[in-house]
Amino acid sequence: MKQQSAPGGFRRLRGLVRKEFYQIVRDPSAIAIAFLMPVGLLILFGYGVSLDAKHVPIAIVVETPDAAAADLTRSFEMTDYFDPVRMPNMPAAADALTRHRVDAILHLQGNFASRLHEKEGAPIGVVINGVDANTARLISGYIEGIWLKWLGDRARSEGFELSMPVDLRHRIWFNAEVRSRNFLVPGLIAVIMTLIGALLTAMVMAREWERGTMEALLVTPVTMREIILGKLIPYFILGMGGMALSVAMALWVFDVPLRGSIWMLTATSALFLLAALGMGLLISIAAKNQFVAGQTAIVVTFLPAFLLSGFLFDIGSMPEAVQFITHIVAARYFVAILQTVFLAGDIPSVILPNAAALVLMAAIFLGLSRKKARKRLE
Amino acid sequence: MLNRIIALTIKEILSLLKDKKSRFTIVIPPLVQLLVFGYAATYDLNDVPFAVYDEDRSAASRDLIARFSGSPNFTLTERIDHQGEIADLVDRKAVLLVVHIGPDFSRNLLTGGGAQLQAILDGRNSNTAMIALNYVRDIVTRFNEDWLAKTGGRTPPARLNIRAWYNANLESRWYIVPGIAGLLTLVVTMLVTALSVAREREQGTFDQLLVTPLRPVEILVGKALPGLIIGLAEATIIILIAVFWFEVPLRGSLAALYIGLFLFLMSAIGVGLMISSLSVTQQQGLLGAFLFLVPAVILSGFTTPIANMPLVVQKLTLLNPMRYFMVVLRGVFLEKAPWSLMVSQYWPMALIGLATLTAAAWLFRHRID
Repeated sequence: MKQQSAPGGFRRLRGLVRKEFYQIVRDPSAIAIAFLMPVGLLILFGYGVSLDAKHVPIAIVVETPDAAAADLTRSFEMTDYFDPVRMPNMPAAADALTRHRVDAILHLQGNFASRLHEKEGAPIGVVINGVDANTARLISGYIEGIWLKWLGDRARSEGFELSMPVDLRHRIWFNAEVRSRNFLVPGLIAVIMTLIGALLTAMVMAREWERGTMEALLVTPVTMREIILGKLIPYFILGMGGMALSVAMALWVFDVPLRGSIWMLTATSALFLLAALGMGLLISIAAKNQFVAGQTAIVVTFLPAFLLSGFLFDIGSMPEAVQFITHIVAARYFVAILQTVFLAGDIPSVILPNAAALVLMAAIFLGLSRKKARKRLE
Repeated sequence: MLNRIIALTIKEILSLLKDKKSRFTIVIPPLVQLLVFGYAATYDLNDVPFAVYDEDRSAASRDLIARFSGSPNFTLTERIDHQGEIADLVDRKAVLLVVHIGPDFSRNLLTGGGAQLQAILDGRNSNTAMIALNYVRDIVTRFNEDWLAKTGGRTPPARLNIRAWYNANLESRWYIVPGIAGLLTLVVTMLVTALSVAREREQGTFDQLLVTPLRPVEILVGKALPGLIIGLAEATIIILIAVFWFEVPLRGSLAALYIGLFLFLMSAIGVGLMISSLSVTQQQGLLGAFLFLVPAVILSGFTTPIANMPLVVQKLTLLNPMRYFMVVLRGVFLEKAPWSLMVSQYWPMALIGLATLTAAAWLFRHRID
């Protein structure tokens, strides 16, 4: 009996897969999810999301124009980090800052040139809108850079070399020119694939129950395992197609380097996709109806993958309890793998533990789906 | 007419809240997520693991290292003795930063400067690397100032005096938490509206609704009110948590906040209902919800500033109601922003709301299958 069920099981499975493919073709929203979504979202975010601030509007207030002040303000006009606007006085500049017309103010007091020769040094007043703390820090870093360069040029023109006691040299490994796109695009792929995985499967089982077609399936000889596999295989193929498209775009549209191997990327993507599809299936099976399945998919996929995966925010800096929670977000492991495979290479000590976690998550989600689905048969 | 609308609203609220799972999904996760994300979403780093490679082993180098390990941002995890160990530590993410002090550090320091300090950072997340580098720079700058003061060296002729308004300590949580409040309000609104018409269409009950004496406007009001009521209630709880739990200051007026919230909810409900009435199946409704939600969040200035985007994308964000609500939230919470700034955010949201609600009502009857 058991020996007979193997080829029969395979034939039944093939039939189920074919049926699912027909359904996919009939309602093209699944194809849209797998192919249009990664292209659209990657283009939008690859170009749209950037942490590199340029052309920051800055107000410059010079109380008494003199050569030294003109020299310093020229340094601000020459860089493309800032778009300076002259303001007659501080109240006007403060007003512009409150109205978001400028993000910072550079304020040189009346006696700037003469105070340069005092022991304390002349103060250069800077006010930054600190609401966006990250950008504010960037802006203050730019201003410090301009200030240091101005000091150096000034010292050189007076005939000596200005040297700080300790001279900081830095090297940023894996992304020497600090293109934020290089880490954002691999991270975005992880977020987008989370959405695709869940969107593809979150509705499929609930839909069969809701429409009563599941009961029709149950009276046929197909087993629950075959039903689940029949759902998994077509969407896995679609998802891998979407993933391949995303990787191609990362490499050729966004010029992200791929320092690891393509087969490592493929293998880990397959693991991640199994976990993501498994989560969708579990939602679909547990929710009973499409409405709740849809709501759950919205709540548990996008924002956790976006905020808790380490794609933007450093996981090591989160409180212990929150770090613990990040372990149940599959995207967390995939972000670590993608950023490493794209930018650093096939580093087993990073990839293996994260891949193992993905295997575990896929096994848990699919195992739970299987178990929950069986219970429903009784 | 009023009776009919009230009856429909009650039915809508019941259909959302009578299902235990649906009730749970609408109420609990957003509140839990606020707590988790409020702690998670910060660009500020603490406990950055770093390694020291000190070839100098002098009093000066020890003083400098002590400033690193004493900083709340860094945690010393490794001391290394060979150049060759650096690559391995960084590659396997054991450390984010390696501080390398060369053998002639103290000699150069004592003979008039230019002692080199090398910082090697893992740039796989280059934003984190740059933030860590800024902390390193602060430590070195302070070391230099102290050293110059101690040895009586020449101080620079001009010094920077940087102050940040509205957020003096540059806590990124103050920036992020009001943003999350907006985010979750949007998610809740989508949960309530995006599938509501689609479900009725799929189940065929929407056709029944259309043959009742209810006019499209009345159906619209009945479908929109639950979103407004639930959205206002949850947003209020979220705002209370932001103020009393996360201790984000609330400096502006509540009136300014709630006018913004009301207009934002109307525009989000409009978009949600429009998506919903465009869809024939709930699968399509869910897809539509994501296709709006994800760009709306990422292109809102929530985590990455709109000013950094290319001009075309910046223009695109003008269609995003979330973008205006972010300015309102941060303006009210942190800046006590002037009314003129608020009004310039209000009217686009009102316009988006009006357009999408009208479109939704029109689509009730005119959607072509």
